[in-house]
Amino acid sequence: MQSQSEYGYNSKIEGDVVLTTVDAALAWFRANSVWPMPMGLACCAIELMAVGASRFDISRFGSEVMRFSPRQSDCMIVAGTVTYKMASSLKRIYDQMAEPKWVIAMGACASTGGMYRSYATLQGVDNIVPVDIYVSGCPPRPEAVLDALMKLQEKIKKQPVLQELVAAKLLNVPQP
Amino acid sequence: MCPSPNFVTALEAANQIKAKFGDLISEPVEFRGEVALEISDSEKINVVCRFAKQQLVFDYLVDISSVDNYGEDPRWSVIYHIRQVGNGNGAEIRLKTGVSEEKSELPSVLSVWHTANWHEREIYDMMGIRFRSHPDLRRILMWEGYPYHPLRKDFPLAGKPTELPGVAFTRVTPMEGGPFVTVAGGKNAIDREPRVRTPEE
Repeated sequence: MQSQSEYGYNSKIEGDVVLTTVDAALAWFRANSVWPMPMGLACCAIELMAVGASRFDISRFGSEVMRFSPRQSDCMIVAGTVTYKMASSLKRIYDQMAEPKWVIAMGACASTGGMYRSYATLQGVDNIVPVDIYVSGCPPRPEAVLDALMKLQEKIKKQPVLQELVAAKLLNVPQP
Repeated sequence: MCPSPNFVTALEAANQIKAKFGDLISEPVEFRGEVALEISDSEKINVVCRFAKQQLVFDYLVDISSVDNYGEDPRWSVIYHIRQVGNGNGAEIRLKTGVSEEKSELPSVLSVWHTANWHEREIYDMMGIRFRSHPDLRRILMWEGYPYHPLRKDFPLAGKPTELPGVAFTRVTPMEGGPFVTVAGGKNAIDREPRVRTPEE
């Protein structure tokens, strides 16, 4: 139903109005434009490229904008083996990302160190950054990464944006 | 002396090095078509390498490897794999030299082959053998400031905990009963699969 030129209240156009809360709307915006930061460190990065390419097509979920700058991205996808040498760089890149930010640990290596049980390998990227979603597989199928992204979207949709801002004293709410 | 250094076999090239340096070099040892020379004084390695490159056209340094002969003297062996590439001949020989643990130092061959830069950095990182007159002898695989040399025999596979606050850290890796080792050429899948094995097996 298309409204014409009437901007006042019109009972006939009631169907065009959607009621929601600001929190839910903001979370909906956030969840459907998660810009990934591809932290490609090993073979998982090849699967991540497949996720971004046409066959699997991460743009169906609003996440096709892979940004190689931490300033412009929301979700770091750690795809590969994190060595101790890389760990400090990874932490620094994570710290440079603007809030809100999320992390997907893609594959066995990023989640737990995987088969690399040695002096050189960080045993799971959750030792240095908070991980939201872990993806199993070595490497995971692209479908698994998309599933992780959908689960992350579910998580984002449940996060109360305004309440967090108030709690962090970034938003002043006038007391009644 | 050498009729054509461009097209000699690896053994002939090794004999020419032996003829040039005499007692410094052992007799060439051939094993399965591969020729190795032992250099008794590691301080002369860059002189030998320069001769091999300039006179015998060994223009390609394939690799430098190092061995920890833990409990023996000299503790370190450093092996240079050099090859003729530019002339299409493809002869390859290995130059071995021993370095004692107290010294743990030998001259860099960077002035002969530039590719030695990262090879020598790797050996410094993993074994702790220093290369004199290397312009940039930093760690290449482990982080800067890491206190150990992990490929030494007395370093545990699971690593040691280290902490450099604000820079980096390492922790002991949970081995979960491992390391789990496969055996090549096992008769069946049970023999071949990764298991905890004693070194005698």
